[in-house]
Parts: sequence; structure tokens; C-alpha cells
Amino acid sequence: MARGGVNLPDQPGVKDRMSWQTPEIARGWVWVRRRVGALLVGCVAATGPAIANDDEQARTPMPRIDGQLRERLAGGVLRWGGDAEGGAPFQLRDPHDPERLIGFEVELADSLAAALSGRHGLRLATEFVQYEWDSLPLGLQKRDFDLILSGLEITPENQQQMRFSRPYYIYTQQLVVRRDEKRINALEDCLDRPVGTLAGSAARQILERAGIRQIVSFSGQVEPYLDLELGRLDAVLLDAPIAIFYAAGNPRLRAAGQPLGKGAYGIGLRHEDGVLAMALDEALAELMVGARLRDIYRKWHLWNAMQSQLARQPNRVAELAGLGFTPDGQPATVTDAPREQVDINLMAASAELWTFDRYAPTLLKAAGMTVFLTFTSMGLAMIVGLLVCLSRLYGPALVRYVALMYVEFFRGTPLLLLLFFLYFGLAHYGAHMSAVITAIVGFGLNYAAYEAEIYRSAIVSVHAGQWEASRALGMRDGLTFRRIIFPQALRTALPPMTNDLVALFKDTSLVSVIAVPDLTKEYLILSRSSFKFVELGLLTAALYLAMSIPLGYLSRGLERRWGRVR
Amino acid sequence: MAGSNTALSISLRGVTKRFGERRILQDVTLEVRPGETVALVGPSGAGKSTLLRCINALHPFDDGEIRVGPHALTPQSSRSNGSAGREVRRLVGMVFQDFQLFPHLSAIENVTEAPRRVLRQTREAATAQAQALLRRVGMTHREHAYPEQLSGGEKQRVAIARALAMGPRGLLCDEITSALDPELKHEVLAVLEDLKRDGLTLLLVTHELGFARRAADRVVVLADGVIVEVGPSEQVLEHPQNPRTRQFLSRVMG
Repeated sequence: MARGGVNLPDQPGVKDRMSWQTPEIARGWVWVRRRVGALLVGCVAATGPAIANDDEQARTPMPRIDGQLRERLAGGVLRWGGDAEGGAPFQLRDPHDPERLIGFEVELADSLAAALSGRHGLRLATEFVQYEWDSLPLGLQKRDFDLILSGLEITPENQQQMRFSRPYYIYTQQLVVRRDEKRINALEDCLDRPVGTLAGSAARQILERAGIRQIVSFSGQVEPYLDLELGRLDAVLLDAPIAIFYAAGNPRLRAAGQPLGKGAYGIGLRHEDGVLAMALDEALAELMVGARLRDIYRKWHLWNAMQSQLARQPNRVAELAGLGFTPDGQPATVTDAPREQVDINLMAASAELWTFDRYAPTLLKAAGMTVFLTFTSMGLAMIVGLLVCLSRLYGPALVRYVALMYVEFFRGTPLLLLLFFLYFGLAHYGAHMSAVITAIVGFGLNYAAYEAEIYRSAIVSVHAGQWEASRALGMRDGLTFRRIIFPQALRTALPPMTNDLVALFKDTSLVSVIAVPDLTKEYLILSRSSFKFVELGLLTAALYLAMSIPLGYLSRGLERRWGRVR
Repeated sequence: MAGSNTALSISLRGVTKRFGERRILQDVTLEVRPGETVALVGPSGAGKSTLLRCINALHPFDDGEIRVGPHALTPQSSRSNGSAGREVRRLVGMVFQDFQLFPHLSAIENVTEAPRRVLRQTREAATAQAQALLRRVGMTHREHAYPEQLSGGEKQRVAIARALAMGPRGLLCDEITSALDPELKHEVLAVLEDLKRDGLTLLLVTHELGFARRAADRVVVLADGVIVEVGPSEQVLEHPQNPRTRQFLSRVMG
């Protein structure tokens, strides 16, 4: 029995141990964040009961795919996309080593690669590609990785976007309340109480259908439980795998009522990647038959009676056996204890493990990325901004107009949209840029519009008499601009420029949407892994300040030095 | 100084400049002989500054012709900051009422900038010449000061040195003492008298009638864009013939 009255399904066949996991709808938190992606590529996010009925889908016998697969995986690396911000048990930072990734999907990926290697005589390594969750389908299309392994649910909507492997896990959703809660025993008891969930999730739809009047939506899976503890919420409805790691280990919380909803996670692949899909289905079957999958699920407290639904023809009996079931789908009597098990209090306990010397290096590295992005982007913005500004001031009519349009366009469109467009939109037309390059180009182009306006007003503010005086001395206009006008304008432009530099510095946090590991992204990942929101938040803020305050000093110093002007 | 040995003639023939419907200059004809000092006086808005700027090709004009030494400016060639304008400016320098020193450069850098960048003088040559010019206008002690650290009279003397550094044979001065306190005016006017002695052709827009009488060979009275009276300075200032001149003089003398 787990503490806090929460039951852990280590062992099959015990009814009350199932309360955290059972059937019904689709997993919601997962597709929530797909909103932004939908803007551009039109990924449709929706939910609904949508489990592929796999038992009926008799597979055609596998053709020999060795040759094609070897060609497909010639790189020797199986690249899989996920989001470490998703947390336990999917993918998370190892509290003992923040540079390392753990999670049941990490082990699944490694096992799949090993199975593929063995079956097809390959030497296949795995590579995790960190991605913003909602962008994973876009990254798949963009070929930033071969497959998505990140709690992706098999729904008709998702199936339009990509091909799925056979299911690798059956999940449910669970209502959680405070331990001393007397009033709530089922969802029906929450009609007039605040219930937390993930924004736009399937869980939210369940709550809506149940007629809950106070639904509170969050963007992360940690925050609802925190609010529940604090008494801001009376209940939380989320996926059972999340609840196991974020609520079950918490002595102040307990499960309430029967699990709701049921769905299946599958590996997402590109539609045209049929060979790899077939190979992965074979590899999954091998992991089932060989009991490897069961071991992983037992290790991560994810095994339960529902997983019998993973097995299917033509090898159903063997798969059932490997998964730990009798041929008729009943949990087999298991005598051996799991070889190793993750501490169910991993998340709660990790707070102690996340000491300063553990996370500080990771944050510092991320801070380095933030500084790099800021200065390279600003450099590009200054160059492009100057060109745009000169075009606006001195170009022929058409060029002036184009420059004006440039300024209006980039000033008037959100930076987030621009980053998304550059990264995913352009990739659609074959223009592939790395995330970091995309970030620099995006920030550079956007800030160039502001720089251009700063330079323009600074140049215009230089007294017209300076042009006359220079011309009267026989200087050509180009020389006058370079030697007389520009140096004066630069001094006028300096304060607003440093202002922009500091603003850009903070704006770089937007790059998390295209999976650049900057300081803010690292804060989000680490704080959700460690629960140290305050401590990490203060440290992150201190890092930002430590970098932006010197910029202010630099600016004031330059202004003082050039203060004699005017 | 450089160029002062071969003095410069400036001649305007029928110069007309319009600004929309307004006529700023109408049919202005004037000969300034080599080495002559001519004072241009008249009420505000008469077109005096515009006339100077037309001569220096800083403003285009609509009709007539301006000859500066061997170079001719036409309405067409006056329209751009092109080669005709630059050749004229090589021969005549200009000093402005509001100085227009380069604020980001020190006094000596203001003087060396154009010789170094336009005439491609070496730093040493330009600096040596600039030091000589600053000595001449009495500014040796402020060589390394920046414009905002200088008084108005000092600024204007640096501006004169800056114009002279390009070796002009004539100088156009646009109310160069108007912005100065009375006690500072004389130091600038003293420099001008010195230049006149050197044989530089000077065309001065000025309200300093006392200075005009003492230093100018001739006085030209401009009113509403038209020359109403020209003559030796004493004659024009003591015995004006034209009623517009008399009206102007009586107002200035108060």
C-alpha cells in the first residue's frame, strides 16, 4: 500500500490497487499545448473517446523489411522527440544528475532501439530531441526527429496528422482530493466546487460534461496539485500516470472515486515512414513477449490489469504472457518482485536532492545560451536596422516604401508567431534552419524594425545645419553621414538601444517554443522536476539581473563618456 | 594663408529663386571683385542668407547664373550636391550664425576633419595647418576643447579656422556675430579684418553697421529679394538714396 491511501499497482490482481488506473477517455494535458502550432500548420486539437480497437485489427504478415530499414536507419541513430518539461513518469531530469534524462519513455526508447538492432543487425543508438510539447507534431514533419515518444494519445485527430505505432500504454484519469476531504467521493460531488485540470484537456471536457461550474485550467501538471494542497481547489482531475507521481506520494492528498476515461499512447511517426512503423510494431511485440515492457511499467508503477488490452493477434497469447496475463486476459499470479523500482516519492523526494550545486551548472549553461542569443540577435538587428533606416531615409521612393512596410510588418506582428513561422512554416517549403539560427534570425529581424526607428529618429534629430556645414567644407554626403551625422546619431540612439538590448534579453525566453534550451526553459523544466519554484525562480531572476544590470551600467557609462555631445 | 594670394571674384547675374509662389530672390545681379569685402544688409526675410547659400550651392536657384572664380553655377547644376557645387565650395568657405561645429569632435579635430577626409592630407600636415589657423584666430589654448566647452565667440573663431583649413579664396559669413554677446563680437570681427588684410574676398551678411562702415568696401542693401541700393559703404550708410534703405537704417539705428 502506498502512503497517503494511494494505491500502487505493483502487483496485478488486487482490486483496490487499481484505483489509480482505469479506463475511459483520452489523455488531455498532452494536446493542450498544441494551440500555437494549430495557428500555423493547422494541427487540429480535439479529444474524445478514441481508442483504436487494436484487437480487431489483424495485421497482415510482415514483409521482409530488413533492407529498407537498414537504409532508413543508415545514420545509426534513432532520434526521438519529447519534452522533459512533461515530467514524471514520461521524461524528466534525473534528480541525481540534472544533465541526465530518466522516465519510462526513455527506457522504452532505448529498449526499442536495442530490439531493432537485434532484429535487423544494426548498431542503433538513441538520441533524445528536446521539444516544446505542442510543437512535437510539427517537429516530426520538419524531420527534426524520427518519432514522437511523449505520451501522445492515439485519437482520430492525431491520426490525421501522423501515423501511429500500435499502442504501448493504456491510461485513465483520476480525481484527487485533499486527504481530509469528507464531502467529495465522486465527480458528482464537485458540481459547485473549484476543480483543477489542464487547459483544454480531455479531463476538462469530462468536467464540462459532468456540469462542473468552477473549472480552473492550468498549463502545467504540477500547479493544480499545489493549488489543491493550498485549498484554492477542492479537487483535481488528471491522467493517472501523472497523479501517481505528483499526488500519490503526497500524504496530504488522496484519490477519490473511480478512474475515468481511457485512452492509449502510441508512437507518432510520419505518414510516409511505413517501414519504420512496421519495424517498431515488431519491436514493441518483442518487448511485450520478452516481458521487457512489463518490467519497465512495473519499475515505473504503471503496470495494471488494463495493459492486457495491449496484446493482440496473431501472437496474442505470447504477448499476454509476457505482459503478465493469462491467455484469457486475467492478471497472472506474479511471484517475482520487480527487479528495480523507481521511488514513488521520486518527485517529492527530489526536492531534497535538487541542491544548489546540482542545478546551478545547468542554469548557468542555459544562461550562456541566453547571453549568446541576445548578443548575436542584437548584432543582426543593428545591421539590418541600419540598412532599413538608411533605406527609409535616403532610398528611392519604392525602397523607402518597402522599408516602411518592413518596419510596420515586424513591429506589428508578435515575435512568437514569427519564430513559429520561421521554424515550422518555412520548413514546410524546404527552408531548414536550426532552432538557434531561427531564434537569431527571428529576433534579429523583429528587433531590426525597432532599431531602424530608433536610428531614424536619432539621425533626423541631428541638426540640418550639420549637413550644410559639412557640405560647405566640400564633404560628400556619404562622408558627411559616416563622419559627422552617424556618430552624433549613435549617441542619441544609445539609451534606447541599451533599453532594447535589455528587452531583447528577456524576450529571448520566447525561444522555448522552438526548443532552444535557454534560461527560462531550463527554469521551467528544473522547477517542475524539483518543485523548487521559489528557490529556482529567485536564482533564475538573479541570473537575469546579474546579466542585465551590467548592461545598464555599460549604457550609463557610455552616455557619460559621450555626454559632452550637445 | 593658402589661396589668399589669388583672390576670388564672385558674380551673380539675374539670380532668381522662388519658393512656391513666393519669390525669395528676384533678378539679383552683383559683382564682387577679387579681394573686395562686401557687406550684405537688409531687413529680416530679405533673402540675404538665401543669397549666400545660393552662391555656395547649398540652395538651388531657379534662374540666372552665378560665377565663382572660373566655375559657373546654373539652375540645373545648383540642384544637386554634385561636382559643380563641390568645385565652388573649394573656392569659397562658409561660416554660419549658429556655428555648426561638429559637437563630437574637439576644436582641432573640427579643423582637420575636412582637409584629412576631403583633401586627403596626412594627419601631421592637417594638424600642423590646424594649429597655425587656431593660433591665427587666437584659439591655441583651446585646441582640445569640445565645442560645448567653448564660448560663442570661441566657437565662431574655430568655425572660421575650420572654413579656412580648406584653403578658400573667399569666405561667406552669415550673420556670424548675431548670436554673440557684444563683448565677444569684437574678437570675431577682429579676425575678419585680419582676413580682409590678407586679401580674402569676403561677402558678409551682417547687422554690425559700424563694422560694415569700417571694414566693408561696399554695402549692398537687399529688401524683399531685390537689391535696392549698392555703393561704397560710407555713402550708402551715411547718405542712403533709396527710401527702403532709409527705412531699414532708421530701424536698425533705433
